[in-house]
Amino acid sequence: MQQVKTILLSKSVFEDNDARAEKLRSGLKEKNICLVNVMSSPGSGKTTLLISLINALKQKYNIGVMEADIDSDKDAVTVAEKTGVRSIQLHTGGMCHLDADMTKQGLDGLGDGLDLIFLENVGNLVCPAEYDTGANVDMVILSVPEGNDKPLKYPLVFQKSDLAVISKTDALPYFNFNMDECREYIRSRNPDASVIAVSAKTGENMDELVNWFIRKLSER
Amino acid sequence: MHELGIVMNVVEQADRIAADNGAQKIVGITMEIGEVSTVVPELFLDAFNWAKKRTEYLQEAELEMIIIEGRTYCKECGETYRTTEFGKKCPHCGSPETYLLTGDQVIIKDISAVFDTPEQET
Repeated sequence: MQQVKTILLSKSVFEDNDARAEKLRSGLKEKNICLVNVMSSPGSGKTTLLISLINALKQKYNIGVMEADIDSDKDAVTVAEKTGVRSIQLHTGGMCHLDADMTKQGLDGLGDGLDLIFLENVGNLVCPAEYDTGANVDMVILSVPEGNDKPLKYPLVFQKSDLAVISKTDALPYFNFNMDECREYIRSRNPDASVIAVSAKTGENMDELVNWFIRKLSER
Repeated sequence: MHELGIVMNVVEQADRIAADNGAQKIVGITMEIGEVSTVVPELFLDAFNWAKKRTEYLQEAELEMIIIEGRTYCKECGETYRTTEFGKKCPHCGSPETYLLTGDQVIIKDISAVFDTPEQET
């Protein structure tokens, strides 16, 4: 005899990942490590910005970098060459985001003794916003060529970020990018987010970004 | 690709639940999918039908999706409205001070599984 039974669950598909992320976050806090989840579109200049940020912070802190991409180890090699800090490449195997498990594997691979770890998530404004990586700081980068309306089109990633960086300000003369409007759009989605506009290429306003991290790390 | 990641999570959970409960196989999964959850139902179904073939218990499973309407609440005037129609700005009073009430969920509601029952003595 066979019978069909219905098992009631009412369980969010993100629930398991959220629990693992929470555990990872409290583990990081105990070890006094600040993990920064960096999200943006492809081509926003994440890697360039990180290189410049890391070079400004590496005398003060032990820094590690995890580069997540669908394939290739180009970013990890570039960051290692240009900063000299510990870096590791994570492959998502076709997936468009990192989850807490993949992040944990990356952290295990990086090893101990680090104060600050940047996780460069897959270039994508949609999926990474939905999966909690266990990071202590969520950061989104929006580059000037992408246009100032991205916070309206991809609200979730701006809602969950503690820090929104507007990058490539050196390109402002060539694009119709309304900085005030952009700040207002971000504020309407997330009044608590810090918004800092920089150019990693010219170094414009990078001090403010560096100081934001120094302040954040002093709060550990 | 986004749908695939979520589908893999769903079929792995369902497979584990079948094994834990001693089920023979799973014949149905009901999911609640919010209109503004970023999951596209058609792609989700395609991904599900691909992913189930790689599982132990879900080979014959059918996916049912209940679409949950996105509703937004306006803090200014207290009205609610359909999110997909009007977005962030309240159509009643024009205020942008609004928040989503429901419609961003992706939930496994229930799983129908086949169990062997002992033969009845006559």
